[in-house]
Amino acid sequence: MSISLSIEINGKKQTSKVNANVLLVDFLRDALKLTGTHIGCDTAQCGACTIHINGKAIKSCNILAAQADGTKITTIEGLTTDDKDMHPMQQAFKNHHGLQCGFCTPGMIMSALQIIKNDNDPSDASIREGLEGNLCRCTGYHNIVEAIKAGAKAMQNKG
Amino acid sequence: MYNFAYHKPKNITEAVNILQNADDAKVLAGGQTLIATMKLRLASPTDIVDLSDIEELATISKTDKGIIIGAMKTHTQVSKSEIIQNNIPSLSYMASQIGDQMVRNQGTIGGSVANNDPAADYPAAIVGLGAKIFTNSREIRGDDFFTGMYETCLNSEEIIVSISFPIPIRSAYVKFKNPASRYAIVGVMVADYGSDVRVAVTGAGNSVFRLEKFEQALSNDFSKDSLSKLTVPTADLIEDMHAGAAYRAHLVKVMAQRAVSDCCSQI
Ligand SMILES: Cc1cc2nc3c(=O)[nH]c(=O)nc-3n(C[C@H](O)[C@H](O)[C@H](O)COP(=O)(O)OP(=O)(O)OC[C@H]3O[C@@H](n4cnc5c(N)ncnc54)[C@H](O)[C@@H]3O)c2cc1C
Ligand code: FES
Ligand code: FES
Repeated sequence: MSISLSIEINGKKQTSKVNANVLLVDFLRDALKLTGTHIGCDTAQCGACTIHINGKAIKSCNILAAQADGTKITTIEGLTTDDKDMHPMQQAFKNHHGLQCGFCTPGMIMSALQIIKNDNDPSDASIREGLEGNLCRCTGYHNIVEAIKAGAKAMQNKG
Repeated sequence: MYNFAYHKPKNITEAVNILQNADDAKVLAGGQTLIATMKLRLASPTDIVDLSDIEELATISKTDKGIIIGAMKTHTQVSKSEIIQNNIPSLSYMASQIGDQMVRNQGTIGGSVANNDPAADYPAAIVGLGAKIFTNSREIRGDDFFTGMYETCLNSEEIIVSISFPIPIRSAYVKFKNPASRYAIVGVMVADYGSDVRVAVTGAGNSVFRLEKFEQALSNDFSKDSLSKLTVPTADLIEDMHAGAAYRAHLVKVMAQRAVSDCCSQI
């Protein structure tokens, strides 16, 4: 069965037809070509596919595109309006060496923004707790935690 | 995952109608277990009934029966609800310890309870807090609800509407997490209702169970020391790559004692 989907994606309203069994992550990557959202495991373990639906961080490999009908979605591409610009959290990951291969990074950043939404000045422990659903095979997490703390400060100064 | 017909009914009657008339329909809450099951083709329903538009399933309230939580409330909503934090803090704490923040944003109490994973947290809260499950057609005592590994007494056309939790004098949930999945290797809920003390264990057996000997000891003397001479039989406990039965038995007692200590620090 195919269904009609209306989603506001990174600020733009979009209507598409999609099969009921299509995962949201596949819809984003294959139909909308938003390939910044990654697929690391396809089993809800790694968090590389994390996006925001109505402001909440969700693993997009573990829900159907159909479930997102009528929602507002933000992906990593939606954090800035200009390709040359970086969101303060992206900049903080760059400055603090919070990435090596970068595969996990879009998910890490979308998760980081949820952590900061819950607490705009998070402790190391609450950052680590917040990252339980995100795996990084390169960095060892230390610099990711540093980056999120710095990103949180930068966002406070900005806003 | 095979294709299916997707429905998003606006009310329970409409949802039950679809369940009754389709070949093999399944309800979808957040999808945090069901999607994985369908990817593996362990389930291949002909019809999916998404409950997310049904408002009746999305309320939290306090009544003379206690706290009533709609089936579609997410773990994040339960952990952040002031009504629950103020009345049954062990329940909001338990919800805050499930999986990770993304799973908590999408997974629901109804889905977790209906799924009855042997390592899930909610079953310990349902049985430990003497909850009742309300479906579209009946009321089921928490003690009677879970019937075996991934088995409950729900029939295939039944929908969990809400769950009511009587408010204890004090209660605590302590779990020993699997460090990779965060599911419970052992989780223990202890609740003191005055005349009635309940101790429920998840993660250790095929399904949640109560520890009557612990409950009796705590009814006589609600202290950590009253459990020190008791042991947990290993016969029915799970033995797997994460922990052997003897280790699980030991953890059950340690987690129960920690939960009792937590309770004692509350008053
Ligand atoms: C990475 C990860 C880590 C996790 N860690 C934990 C953990 O530490 N502890 C823990 O307890 N759980 C854990 N979970 C499970 C999580 O708590 C989900 O809530 C649970 O998987 C159920 O998901 P859901 O609510 O989205 O239900 P779904 O997946 O949508 O449904 C699950 C089942 O319940 C049925 N169902 C759903 N709602 C109803 C209803 N109202 N009436 C009748 N039947 C219904 C469905 O038909 C299906 O069979 C984890 C999950 C993941 C992916
Ligand atoms: S791809 Fe979604 S969690 Fe790994
Ligand atoms: S930077 Fe390589 S996986 Fe995280």
